[in-house]
Amino acid sequence: MGRVVVEVMPKPEILDPQGKAVAGALPRLGFGRFTGVRQGKRFELEVDGEVTAEVLEDAARAAEVLLSNPVIEDVVRVAPVEADAATTTLAGGSA
Amino acid sequence: MGRVGVVTFPGSLDDGDAARAVRLAGGEPVRLWHGDADLRGVDAVVLPGGFSYGDYLRCGAIARFAPVMEPLVDAARGGLPVLGICNGFQVLCEAHLLPGALVRNDHRTFVCTDQRLRVENAATAWTHEYASGEEVVVPLKNGEGGYLADEATLDRLEGEGLVALRYVVPEGGRNPNGSARDIAGVTNAAGNVVGLMPHPEHAVEAGYGPDPRSGTAGTDGLRVFSSVLRQLVS
Repeated sequence: MGRVVVEVMPKPEILDPQGKAVAGALPRLGFGRFTGVRQGKRFELEVDGEVTAEVLEDAARAAEVLLSNPVIEDVVRVAPVEADAATTTLAGGSA
Repeated sequence: MGRVGVVTFPGSLDDGDAARAVRLAGGEPVRLWHGDADLRGVDAVVLPGGFSYGDYLRCGAIARFAPVMEPLVDAARGGLPVLGICNGFQVLCEAHLLPGALVRNDHRTFVCTDQRLRVENAATAWTHEYASGEEVVVPLKNGEGGYLADEATLDRLEGEGLVALRYVVPEGGRNPNGSARDIAGVTNAAGNVVGLMPHPEHAVEAGYGPDPRSGTAGTDGLRVFSSVLRQLVS
């Protein structure tokens, strides 16, 4: 099974209230060094078989048509991911 | 009597109130189902408020691809009067029938208030029973009601008179959701498609709409619906 990751971010000039809320909470928890937060979305699209160039093209199209709204968002990444890597966390390593 | 379709999506909330508003304005409401690619021969369509598909992905983004939207988008491009209220406005923007997008309120809290508006374009299918510049009060209730578009689009909307409604903002105050240029509603160039964040369908019967302290009878929204019905007759 192959997997494609699509990442979408609010355009830089668009106010990001969710990121702002997170940015406001961080200093209260002692994370004072982070001066700004922007929150986006990550999608993982699964396909049977390998992630070919054609699959990536399809994913890019889906990203433009449905996964993002080009008025307010940019698609910043469309890339294949390893099945294992997708579920790996920094804390847990690749157990 | 004009037949006005009201679409129900999974998560629509105000479809019942929209149908009631059509009836109180003298029309015949026709309930349309999101899953049927059929407009049932209606003369106009209302996309109601609510949280279609739980607002998942983006508000209106999934509803925009519902089967009913296929004939609706075609019909709207052909001149069928279509009104999008709140979530319906978000659907119309996602469907590219109207420019721009709606994003989370800049102050990050849900707003629910009797809102004063100014009718900027009284020539659309849904506003022609108002006077240009007339101020009205209807309820506003949204979490993601900030209207945004790029500067060039906003300039074009202003220049072509496509801003249908604007929030009336007290001196030194702010509009209720961070909308660019205080825009509460927009129309397409033909004037048949209108989207607005405030809820005219909640201000159609005295005693059930805005508080009397708003200085209105609470029925300021009724003419949105009688406008389109009158147009259908003429």
